[in-house]
Amino acid sequence: MQCPKCRGNMRTFDRNGVHIEQCDGCRGIFLDYGELETLSRMENQWAQQTYAAPPPPAPGPAWGGGHHGGHGYHHGHRKSWVNALFSS
Amino acid sequence: MPPELLPRLVRLSGREGPVTVLKDTRVLVVRVGDVVLKAHPADTDEAELKARLEVRLPGLLLAPLGTDRIDDRIVSIWPAGEPVTPDDLEKPPWEEGGRLLARLHAQPVPAGLPPMGGPARVARAVARLEPDDLPRRAYETLDLRQRGHGLTHGDWHLGQLLRLDGAWLLIDPDDLGYGDPVWDLARPAAWYASGLVSPREWDRFLGAYLEAGGTAVSAGDPWRELDGPARALTVQLAATALTTARRDDTALDEAAGALISSCERILATPPPS
Repeated sequence: MQCPKCRGNMRTFDRNGVHIEQCDGCRGIFLDYGELETLSRMENQWAQQTYAAPPPPAPGPAWGGGHHGGHGYHHGHRKSWVNALFSS
Repeated sequence: MPPELLPRLVRLSGREGPVTVLKDTRVLVVRVGDVVLKAHPADTDEAELKARLEVRLPGLLLAPLGTDRIDDRIVSIWPAGEPVTPDDLEKPPWEEGGRLLARLHAQPVPAGLPPMGGPARVARAVARLEPDDLPRRAYETLDLRQRGHGLTHGDWHLGQLLRLDGAWLLIDPDDLGYGDPVWDLARPAAWYASGLVSPREWDRFLGAYLEAGGTAVSAGDPWRELDGPARALTVQLAATALTTARRDDTALDEAAGALISSCERILATPPPS
């Protein structure tokens, strides 16, 4: 196939199921029918995976601490203060 | 503990022993053989305590075997069961606690019962602090008004569970009364909010409460009801920890530090309107 712009030779690539022709001369790219839509769909999926909002923090009060920053005192050395859970 | 109180409690029990002091604070709690005797504080309102001790909720709340008196202190006598202890740490009975509280909150308020003692406990805890102490300052921002008038335990924590003949019961009606039942969830909520109880444990407790029909909080937005009482219990727990550390002349432990930090954030975060 010849490049419609510079008449150079076009080489065929397959990238993740998308069929692409690229011109060896001017580097121009020719897409088959529907391939642009496929590409933008793939880009959207990638962006969603990459920039998706972090999972919401465990519900709690606005003044709460501990869990929202991923810290907490309940792992490991709880034994030192656990009596407090059982007494008035 | 006043001299002679312990031997007189032992004599009152009519049991041979063995004798174990379970608690020696404002109250003295002693196990002698198969009974537990509790000497209540001398400044206890006698009519109120009697009304609380008369509440009978079989299968839900441990009932006393009787009451007596040693000088100015009322003594209540109880069957000894297996209390929850820190040894149960591996699997604290969060679900059992949640379910028992849901059933308690579904009961009608018995006639003649006083208000529940939760807010008074918060006030007592901060009264021992200096005016500039963080929990004392956070206390000034609390809204202690009761928004409900149901039957409320008034001082619920994991140590208020007891196994008797294989069944779990609530114990200690000293603060039982009418009030907003959400206060019974407030202490675990305060622990959770300060990072002392994991989200998983909190979910187990609250989930069991809601599944058993508990009505003190809305399932969709439980913190709407919990926010105020959890602030209050955070202040109470921080105040008690501070007082204990000062009395024993020790540094604040990690849990106390977390609760004091929460008081700081309570001061900086006005309650949602």
